[in-house]
Amino acid sequence: MPVDEPPETKQTLLEVNGLSKYFPIKKGVLRKILGQVRAVDDVSFAIYEGETLGLVGESGCGKTTTARCIMRAMDPTAGEIMFRKASGDMVDIAALPEREMRPLRREIQMIFQDPYGSLNPRMNILDILGESLLVIGGMTDREERSERVAELLRLVGLRPEYMQRFPHAFSGGQRQRIVIARALALNPRLVVADEPVSALDVSVQAQVLNLMLKLQQELNLTYLFVAHDLSVVKHICDRVVVMYVGKIVEVAPTQALYEKPKHPYTAALMSAVPVADPRQRAAMTPLEGDVPSPANPPSGCYFHPRCPYAVDICSQQQPALEEGAPGHFVRCHRAAELSLSGIGDLDRPQTVASASSSDAGVGPIG
Amino acid sequence: MNPDHILSVRDLKTRFLMDEGTAKAVDGVSFDVSPGQVVGIVGESGCGKSVTIKSILGIVQKPGEVVGGEILFRQRGNGAAAAEMVDLAKLDGRGKEMRAIRGSDIALIPQEPMAALSPVHTIGNQLVEAVRLHQDVSKRRAEELAIERMTEVGVPNPAERMSMYSWELSGGLRQRVMIAMALSCSPRLLIADEPTTAIDVTTQAQVLRLLRGLQQNHGMAIIFITHDLGVIAQVADYVVVMYLGRVMETGPVDDIFHNPQHPYTRALLESIPSVHALSREPLPTIEGSIPHPFNRPAGCPFAPRCVAAMPGKCDRRTPKPTQLNGGQSVSCFLHNDAAEED
Repeated sequence: MPVDEPPETKQTLLEVNGLSKYFPIKKGVLRKILGQVRAVDDVSFAIYEGETLGLVGESGCGKTTTARCIMRAMDPTAGEIMFRKASGDMVDIAALPEREMRPLRREIQMIFQDPYGSLNPRMNILDILGESLLVIGGMTDREERSERVAELLRLVGLRPEYMQRFPHAFSGGQRQRIVIARALALNPRLVVADEPVSALDVSVQAQVLNLMLKLQQELNLTYLFVAHDLSVVKHICDRVVVMYVGKIVEVAPTQALYEKPKHPYTAALMSAVPVADPRQRAAMTPLEGDVPSPANPPSGCYFHPRCPYAVDICSQQQPALEEGAPGHFVRCHRAAELSLSGIGDLDRPQTVASASSSDAGVGPIG
Repeated sequence: MNPDHILSVRDLKTRFLMDEGTAKAVDGVSFDVSPGQVVGIVGESGCGKSVTIKSILGIVQKPGEVVGGEILFRQRGNGAAAAEMVDLAKLDGRGKEMRAIRGSDIALIPQEPMAALSPVHTIGNQLVEAVRLHQDVSKRRAEELAIERMTEVGVPNPAERMSMYSWELSGGLRQRVMIAMALSCSPRLLIADEPTTAIDVTTQAQVLRLLRGLQQNHGMAIIFITHDLGVIAQVADYVVVMYLGRVMETGPVDDIFHNPQHPYTRALLESIPSVHALSREPLPTIEGSIPHPFNRPAGCPFAPRCVAAMPGKCDRRTPKPTQLNGGQSVSCFLHNDAAEED
């Protein structure tokens, strides 16, 4: 398992350095620029080959903007995004012109959140999956394309006979399988998944997560997994980046983060997750207040107005992201002295483990 | 109707008659709510949980229609016990009687506060309107009441917020305003329809705690609709598990989570990724997907996806709810052979 290896021994696939994305606030007829929304502010992290990196945070923390900058669906304001090409060279995709970006697009693919909005209702599955094969893959032969589409459908657990059908004939979970198949059509090396299961029902969510785990093993994929659901992230990610108001507050291997979070925001986020066990109530001590606006963040540490551990320095000085333990980075003045509790070390509530009987497979459905 | 209950839904059937066919959105749902009790209705999309509460509130829109069953609600008042009871299913949704109950005796916290609040009226304007619709008070008194309610639900600087618009507030504050509005007439039954789905997890924790606190202070009953089993475990006293318009299992919250009897409840509980579970292990899943409402399977609606399904039985007849010990009730042939008559 890649979890146990120290990150140093692994090859970096993507390295983000000082990435920022500001949106100007304009007003009046002259569109005068009044200020900046710092959606992503000096974000740096690396993704290693074959791992799943989770990017978590609440709405407005900049996780989706970060993912879109990596896809180059948006041009970053500053910073570099180094991507290792199949040839082994590193290239800064933040600065590439679109013409040079195009051949790289097949290597970085995306899975979208809403499977109802991301499939064209007027195209059948063959056309949806075949489009990128034709346009970017240059696969002009119809027969060859439909063979590849059949292969892709089998890969994600759908019947190849379905390729003539239109998206409306599929359920949410099946649509998300199609979206995954489309992302895999060109054999990408990095898959950016933006909240891939948050629009799905619980019973279908598990199928899609299992599928993503299976495909990662079979195809040696690297995932950037953007999500707000901490239990889903815990399940699928090797390492986790926690963001708050455009900045990274903590980066750590999953186990370490959940057992021993070092940033008070991470700890608060974990304690806020409702536990599916009525015997574990009252443990919740919710944070006060709301997430500040990235257009007008507080002074010093952005989290200090809501932080139960804040001291004077927190409101005056912005803390730096420092490595407290190997591979465990935290942006907090008091990281060394605080002892915060996570949730990873608790036992799993014994609900129905004995009654388990369903298969854990991801076989064909429908 | 049991004198202890404030609301008693009996064999409720709500259908949508459309050109493509009839969707049995709610197909024989029964449950009770006692005063001061939090009843959680949990289920996935298409299970009929939202249509159930719309039927209770009399706001099912065409082509939907309540076609059967009773919704017995105990009204406020000092008269004889029999006179206080009213069958909401028989009332005209737009009629005077229903309008007097809705918003006053029964209040709703909607899922999307942004969609529920008017963007062109101030918060104060909308709160005062809600108060004065049901209470004969002066405008000034209504404003005082509105500020009181906003203070109670933890809106900072309530007097200032009165002149603000909904789009000037954060998501958490908007939901608090909705809760203040729902509480403005001291309802005895509060219906919360996925009140925390549209907000972030730290704000969700605040809202859940607030609702529990309010429920204890006011002693009102709450029907809490959600698809999130974690939320249900945190707030509910009693749980109703629904699937495709039918009740699969009901029971006290502890029994539902620690001693589930229906295969669907078990499968649902297993398939949620727990923060306590080991990472990267395949999750147990429920095979297949939720059928389309026009293609409801015959017999037990869960039978095609059920690991314990008995061919020739579960796919032919519909199981009847069976009372188990300790207040739990389950509709499954594993527990009782009795079937519904067709």
